[in-house]
Amino acid sequence: MNVALMNQALMSPALMAQALNPGAAPVATPFFFYMLAGAAILSGLFVITRRNAVHSALALIVTLLSVSGLYLMLYAPFVAGVQIIVYAGGIMVLFLFVIMLVSIERVTKERQFNRIWPVGLLASCALLALFVSAFSKGKDLFPERRMALVETSNTQQIGALLYGEAARMGQYTFAFEIASLLLLVAILGAVIMTKRKI
Amino acid sequence: MVPITTLHYLVVAAALFVLGVIGVLTRRNVVIILMSIELILNAVNLNLVAFSRMWGNLHGQVFAVFIVVDAAAEAAVGLGILIAFFRNKETINVDEINLLKW
Repeated sequence: MNVALMNQALMSPALMAQALNPGAAPVATPFFFYMLAGAAILSGLFVITRRNAVHSALALIVTLLSVSGLYLMLYAPFVAGVQIIVYAGGIMVLFLFVIMLVSIERVTKERQFNRIWPVGLLASCALLALFVSAFSKGKDLFPERRMALVETSNTQQIGALLYGEAARMGQYTFAFEIASLLLLVAILGAVIMTKRKI
Repeated sequence: MVPITTLHYLVVAAALFVLGVIGVLTRRNVVIILMSIELILNAVNLNLVAFSRMWGNLHGQVFAVFIVVDAAAEAAVGLGILIAFFRNKETINVDEINLLKW
């Protein structure tokens, strides 16, 4: 008895029906997409407009969690988990610690936007217009039908791409090692820069 | 309701990207500028994962994981620079950072 048959035996009838017919009634409905996208964009707006940096950090956490929900809708559970663990759990704690270390009271009473903010806003609007024109002109280039990704073996396949034998599967093994070196250099740099005396 | 296509995700990512660019270009607080950079990196990640779904292979998701690594490194170094600067000048406003100006 192979593993697939055993998995099928363990599945409930509804789950098995969905596995046999993947197109039937997906859980990821358009309602969830619009809710998550709206939450991401609204809290992204909060990030760049709040006076207090702690409020910005909390809004950024909401954005990160919403984007992680969008990853789940795109059949990327591993990236969604990494997003929650590394971003919302690691990087945001780092941000909150730094906000705690630098004094925030004086900054909140000052001007929040720099003197040339209209220029920056204009440049951003030009960028937005570029995106809008590119997407409206090129929307027919995207294929209508999207490929199905196997959600249950997602992590396994990413692991094979990262660690597998270089000749067959693991095209990213070298890049993975370089990434670990990058993290080491970043840790050393952060420690050396924050030390008072070297 | 129309089904959700790749383009929907790209539009959300473009909106997040523009919000991040606005934050970088207009804010004075360095902490919030670094947070805006995180917004930009998230928009790029969303694009990569959406394209990964579109083509049905996992290369986009692997790249997204690498970008998360880069974001962690960038946040650590950026916040380290920020703390070192705050110790010298008692400010975190980016337009008062002019030590290298002649």
